[in-house]
Amino acid sequence: MTRALVSPRNLLVGALLALLALVPVYAQAVGNLYLLSLFTRIVILAMAAVSLNLIMGFGGLVSFGHAAYIGIGGYMVGILGYEGISSGLVQWPLALAASALIALVIGAFSLRTRGVYFIMITLAFAQMIYYVGVGLDRYGGDDGLSIDRRSQFGGLLNLSNRTVFYYLCFVLLLATVYLVWRLVNSRFGLVIQGARSNDRRMRAIGFPTYRYRLVCFVIAGTICGLAGVLLANHTDFISPAMMHWTRSGDLIVMAVLGGMGSVLGPVVGAVAFLLFEEVLADITEHWQIIMGPLLLAVVLFARGGLDGMLASLSRG
Amino acid sequence: MLLFIEQCLNGLQVGLLLFLLAAGLTLVFGIMDLVNLAHGSLYMVGAYFAATFTALTGSFLAGIALALGATLAVGMAVEVIAMRRLYGRDHLDHVLGTFGLILFFNETVRLVWGPAGMNLPLPSWLNRSIEILPGVPYSMYRLSIIVVALAVAIGLYLVIMRTRLGMLVRAGASNREMVGALGVNIKLLYTLVFGIGAALAGLAGMMQAAILTAQIGMGENILILAFVVIIIGGIGSIRGAFVAALFVGFVDTVGRTYLPEILKLVLSPTAASTAAPALSSMLIYLLMAVVLIVRPAGLFPTAAR
Repeated sequence: MTRALVSPRNLLVGALLALLALVPVYAQAVGNLYLLSLFTRIVILAMAAVSLNLIMGFGGLVSFGHAAYIGIGGYMVGILGYEGISSGLVQWPLALAASALIALVIGAFSLRTRGVYFIMITLAFAQMIYYVGVGLDRYGGDDGLSIDRRSQFGGLLNLSNRTVFYYLCFVLLLATVYLVWRLVNSRFGLVIQGARSNDRRMRAIGFPTYRYRLVCFVIAGTICGLAGVLLANHTDFISPAMMHWTRSGDLIVMAVLGGMGSVLGPVVGAVAFLLFEEVLADITEHWQIIMGPLLLAVVLFARGGLDGMLASLSRG
Repeated sequence: MLLFIEQCLNGLQVGLLLFLLAAGLTLVFGIMDLVNLAHGSLYMVGAYFAATFTALTGSFLAGIALALGATLAVGMAVEVIAMRRLYGRDHLDHVLGTFGLILFFNETVRLVWGPAGMNLPLPSWLNRSIEILPGVPYSMYRLSIIVVALAVAIGLYLVIMRTRLGMLVRAGASNREMVGALGVNIKLLYTLVFGIGAALAGLAGMMQAAILTAQIGMGENILILAFVVIIIGGIGSIRGAFVAALFVGFVDTVGRTYLPEILKLVLSPTAASTAAPALSSMLIYLLMAVVLIVRPAGLFPTAAR
């Protein structure tokens, strides 16, 4: 399976990553701080979409509750900050541990079901967590909670510096992509993909696919929890809205739009989706009236997403 | 005791509304194998139509009748334009495509009717209370919802079990290729089933709009509830949807009323009053998770799927 390194697709993805790396430079040059803020959000949500794609694209498990982990990561940062613990070295590991633990519980139950039932049970768990957020009166309930201080890393990193924060997010995105890529191409990843194609056969040749899937589900949830940590630090605010079920829908859209077949597809999808949303919102207040049918059109006519279209270009 | 009777009736009413919504959803899912997230949009559209037509004609009943027809038409149009192309795709495509439709419908409604909600005023003969038992007054309107929804449920049952159309619907649910091969116009059947599902959702929306208001996004929260209902009931089963809808309506309503009291027994009053609303919102999801864990294909599983 040798593929040309210089294909339109690889060139485009390379160019996209280079552009993402240069965003702060450009934003500084033209003095457009909003642009930097927008792209920070894009990079963070791209990370969440990549993590979702690990279970959805490669594992065949459509989770409709992935935004819950964004909420858990974010709320851990917000709550610990509110209680006076603003050290990132405490906040971040705890947030990741909480995401992993909750993913373990949700996964352990959800993975017993298949297909549409899986979609719906993950949604149900996410809704429960959403309502826990709404019920946390001490931490703002429905209205959310402002975060006064971003996570502190002593003299190591200053997250309040927008450029530093952007590059931190970007590096973590690259690390996520690398991790997922290594996972997918490892023996573990092959088992996950094998179970997607034919679960019964994988079990027949001796793989306990349930356990493999559970581990995969936990990894994806943990990465998404990290995205939540970053998002809370980015917006300096947490609220149940960050884990609303439409956010889970958005993440699915990003992954599908970009193309679920590849590790980088969701990054392409996230950039395209959020930029397009931004551009349309600029043109008309009623941008969703264009966005909706467009999504439908992508489903109907562009199977494999943008990445799939590029790949078919490469094939000639 | 008085409160308990009233809450039971409220639970029944909420459950029956949910059933109207879930019936269309489960039919579409059972027969066309289509996950339709946009079903809640039809619920919303129905409510807006009812409010508009009632204001235009000045008559509540005429408004409802016109709105039912209009929602049926919208549903059939959506089927012909969009849904038809989604059959046979995988569920992920359905989720995505109909998610796009939700955005479209919400924004269209905002464009046509504006961002503010719309009221559906009740006529005086509905807007009063009636003594259902000596000394137990109950809202006439809520009672009429119960009656209408029960009548629709029975009608639906008779249509599906006793008529030729219902026979085709049942046959289509178990083997659609065979039904098509036997010379039934399957496309028309699908359009019809989708339209009827849409009209039922619209009816639920109209009835709810008179209690609350017609609002953008009103369909989305209740859509998730309707999904909970059809999952608990077993996808594709009307009987399951009926049982599960009543169950969910009852648990939700009674839970909201009595959970604070129950929690006060174990928690401090302040802790109970903060925890109760969140816990009662979670209750039905908890219920669904438990049902799925015990019976991964719902309470009334239909043929292997």
